[in-house]
Amino acid sequence: MALQPFLALAAILFGLGLYGALTKRNLIIVLISIEMMLNAANINLVAFAHFLPKPNIEGQVYALFNIAIAAAEVAVGLAILLSFFRTRDTSDVRDMNSMKW
Amino acid sequence: MFFGLPITGETIAFFLLALIIIVSAVFMLSLTNVMHMAVSLVGVFLGVAGVFILLGADFVGLVQIMVYAGAITILMVFSLMLTHRGLGEHAVREVGAMRGTTTFAGIAVLVAIVLYAIRNAQWPGNTTALQPFHQSTVTLIANAIFQQYTVPFELVSAVLTVALVGSVVIARKEE
Repeated sequence: MALQPFLALAAILFGLGLYGALTKRNLIIVLISIEMMLNAANINLVAFAHFLPKPNIEGQVYALFNIAIAAAEVAVGLAILLSFFRTRDTSDVRDMNSMKW
Repeated sequence: MFFGLPITGETIAFFLLALIIIVSAVFMLSLTNVMHMAVSLVGVFLGVAGVFILLGADFVGLVQIMVYAGAITILMVFSLMLTHRGLGEHAVREVGAMRGTTTFAGIAVLVAIVLYAIRNAQWPGNTTALQPFHQSTVTLIANAIFQQYTVPFELVSAVLTVALVGSVVIARKEE
């Protein structure tokens, strides 16, 4: 097994996530797409940790930190979504304009 | 030979996992019912966990299953239930066809360039071993986290505490 197939898979998954994050209107779906992009980055980290000439565990440690930060991000994002939905009754990203002047 | 790779169990497992991941991701982007989207998300997360285990990162793969396929998906489903009156409701208005096509074309060009670069660059040699580390990965990760990366580890715990308290405060009903 070589390194390239893993990098290609990560690139395709990142592209799909980016497409979802840019075109979807529902805030939850946008958050899900961002999670897919973070997963693609984690695949890259773990693949490089495996295939370096001298295999190194640090890629996996960074992937773990990444997962922890992503979980915190989702929790805060969904809390903001709930509070937004309570006042505006919608979860459309275009309606999130109350902090714009 | 398959895509220039010898056909071994590892290759077959990789292509099955890649198929699962990409098909679930495309389903997630093309379905219209938001609940079905959240369920197809589980396919992506489990597939990525399988890729981690295939890469010899068993601990990271299990953490991926617990955190993503377990916690984050449940959180997403709960917030979908809380923000949709009647779950049969279809996804909100999509972007126009023009903008969708332009975005798709731009991202396709970006991914094509990246794939071309991946194909033509020189990468470190092939590892045949499924598990290139000589110790268990849990031992190695524990050593790295608690000796070399102690400060980032503590900072992550602070970030998680702040996120927990912050999300409770934000999502709470105003009295």
